[in-house]
Amino acid sequence: MRRLVYLVPLTVFLALAIWLAVPLLEGRDPSALPSALIDQAVPVTDLPGIPGRVRDAVGLTDADLLAGEPILVNVFASWCLPCLAEHPLLMGLSDDGVTIHAINYRDDPADSADWLARHGDPFDRVGLDRDGRAGVDWGVTGVPETFVIDADGRIRYRFAGPLTPAILDRDIRPLLASLNQ
Amino acid sequence: MIPELGHFALILAFVLSLVQGTLPLVGAARGEARWMAVANPAAVGQFGLLLLAFLALMYAFIVSDFTVSNVVQNSHSAKPMLYKITGVWGNHEGSMILWVLILALFGAMVALFGRNLPPTLKARVLGIQGLIGVGFLLFILATSNPFLRVDPPPLDGTDLNPLLQDPGLAFHPPFLYFGYVGFSMAFSFAIAALIEGRVDAAWARWVRPWTLAAWCGLTLGIALGSWWAYYELGWGGWWFWDPVENASLMPWLTGTALLHSAIVVEKRDTLKSWTILLAIVTFGLSLLGTFLVRSGVLTSVHAFAVDPERGIFILVLLILALGGGLALYAIRAPRLQGGGLFAPISREGGLIVNNLLLVTATLTVLVGTLYPLLLDAVGGGLVSVGPPFFNAVFIPLAVPLVAAMGIGPMLAWKRGDLRAALGRLWFAAVVVIVVALGAVWFWAGGPVLAVLGVAMGLWLVASALTEMAERIRLFRIPLAASWQRFTGLPRSAYGLTLAHAGLGIAILGMVGTSVFRTEVIEIMAPGEQIEIAGYVLTFDGVRDVQGPNYISNQGHLVAEADGNQFFLTPEKRWYPIAQMATTEAAIATTWLADIYVALGEPRDDGRWVIRAWHHPLVPWIWVGSVIMVLGGFVSLTDRRLRVGAPRRAKIGASVQPAE
Repeated sequence: MRRLVYLVPLTVFLALAIWLAVPLLEGRDPSALPSALIDQAVPVTDLPGIPGRVRDAVGLTDADLLAGEPILVNVFASWCLPCLAEHPLLMGLSDDGVTIHAINYRDDPADSADWLARHGDPFDRVGLDRDGRAGVDWGVTGVPETFVIDADGRIRYRFAGPLTPAILDRDIRPLLASLNQ
Repeated sequence: MIPELGHFALILAFVLSLVQGTLPLVGAARGEARWMAVANPAAVGQFGLLLLAFLALMYAFIVSDFTVSNVVQNSHSAKPMLYKITGVWGNHEGSMILWVLILALFGAMVALFGRNLPPTLKARVLGIQGLIGVGFLLFILATSNPFLRVDPPPLDGTDLNPLLQDPGLAFHPPFLYFGYVGFSMAFSFAIAALIEGRVDAAWARWVRPWTLAAWCGLTLGIALGSWWAYYELGWGGWWFWDPVENASLMPWLTGTALLHSAIVVEKRDTLKSWTILLAIVTFGLSLLGTFLVRSGVLTSVHAFAVDPERGIFILVLLILALGGGLALYAIRAPRLQGGGLFAPISREGGLIVNNLLLVTATLTVLVGTLYPLLLDAVGGGLVSVGPPFFNAVFIPLAVPLVAAMGIGPMLAWKRGDLRAALGRLWFAAVVVIVVALGAVWFWAGGPVLAVLGVAMGLWLVASALTEMAERIRLFRIPLAASWQRFTGLPRSAYGLTLAHAGLGIAILGMVGTSVFRTEVIEIMAPGEQIEIAGYVLTFDGVRDVQGPNYISNQGHLVAEADGNQFFLTPEKRWYPIAQMATTEAAIATTWLADIYVALGEPRDDGRWVIRAWHHPLVPWIWVGSVIMVLGGFVSLTDRRLRVGAPRRAKIGASVQPAE
């Protein structure tokens, strides 16, 4: 019986290792998480704005997401380092005229206002999701995440993790171009 | 030609590590002295070859050899020389070379300075080090060769990620790796002890300096990383609970536990199998950190080069090393019994409490870090845990840990007297209560956590000083006699005081900036003034500045208070080659507080958004960390760690990096 205690670390570790190995061996890109929401209408969203935000303090509602043109929705937080890594790309997209709304996930509004003022604000509307409820509705697994919404307000694409130039060129720009036609 | 030399050196090092990982182990099992003796030259030779490979890669970066693919992707001819050199480890391939170089450095140090080790133990330790080397060199050669050429070579490189072009981050990886890889020594010693079936006080004495050296490196590495995050990433946040930060915190927590439990093995000959387990797990967590960062299963800003193939390779290494180690542990550890008995209230008991709390803290960080993966695996995929989770679970664990840190050193071995120990801490308790009550009065109805935090930090500093005062019987015998006692204390006693007080100072810094920071946001025209925390900030406008590989808007501000004047130049930089913008905050410090200014967006009318923060006590986080590391170094020079060593001075030098 006493010997069994010494097997506990090994057992726990092996369980952990198998669980880490499965997604890798399945060969799936860990970022390309499927979403049950693909081709569905956007979830009902009604989020308040960030009071200290310089650009505008209006919140985000699902009416904003029915824009009549394809748009992006980015989920970010000021405590999230990967969000900072992808931020210049969002700034670039915004400069190219793409409308980007954002859900500010589990964040302190003062921190996120600071963050946007400091690093630049590419977002049209930012909704504050303080307790993560909207994140649940959207099926967010972590920050950052990016959704492409078509002109009819349906989710067409979801990417979990920081955007890279390659992802933009491979997936997002072509999709936006085809949706715009 | 030079890159090929580096490549050959890498291959030779791999072959040599195969030799080092087999012959000495077989020799030790059979009692063949000559087979065991292979370990020494193999370990030294491996270090020499890897140093050659590392220097070859560095040469390619320094001369901007754009026929090498790694240089093209991570360098640029206009990049400052410092960042050309540090760019060597600013990318996946180069950082793996640094990893194995440090691994070989530790192996070579054991080979050269471990003359007092029993020959079979030494051969086995070096053999295990060799096997780790085999795995990682194979990994580099198979999936991450930094010496690959490109044809035709491009005219110039694509530059290093500008966030990494920074002095704080330039020297962060070497220290961090020194810590991660240093724990491989503890692992090798643990596996060797399991094979030998013997763990005793002498073993604990040999394993401790290596663990301590690694711990110092890791502490410094983590401190540098958080300092970088503080001035480069944001509004003065210094810890983000990012997966990569957590990956470095976990081995630090278990490594700290290991340091303390090794003392128990050494002094009291007990807690053996627990200490062995900690040694295995600490290195396992270092490997897990490498895996999490490199495989891309978790997203992080540090994940420069994510590649699933690499992830599988590292996972296999992790399973072989940790799975093998833990299997050996399951077979052999039950025999490691015996040792001294002790009452629950005793020095041993205190150290066990410390260990349990540290390991629990590690588990919460592990769960928090892997939680998004866990939910994804069971099909939930809904929740991400950020700082709210960690703050909620980590602080309740830190409070009893800090309380025990003050009391533990006062308890006697075997059977301690809690009342007497608390009695000797009356002075520390009075200081804490008075200041805490003062804090409550000052911020009437204010943050409870802040008062608690201040009390925790003060308690650590005061109790560490009390412990030292008790040892030298300060004010109870004449001062001269106290001084004599002080100079006669073992070095590890100074180490204890410094490390515990250092943590207290760091905690004060963390609390100070988290709770008492103030900020001002203003859209300012040149010549305008704002006030923050008693300082008058004057904005003198923004100038365009041309850097070596960037262009910059440089703001000029002056902060004035009571005749003190600080000049601040926050910047917004644009790196045209990397197509990235960074913001460089300007910080003026009085050592009691920082004035932190960041330049925001320009307005159409020529005014600028200026954000200024006052961060009280924030420098203490890093001052405290440095004091902790200093404590580690001082402890490393303790005579008892080299007892029985004929070449005393040399061994001291070997485990004592430059201060």
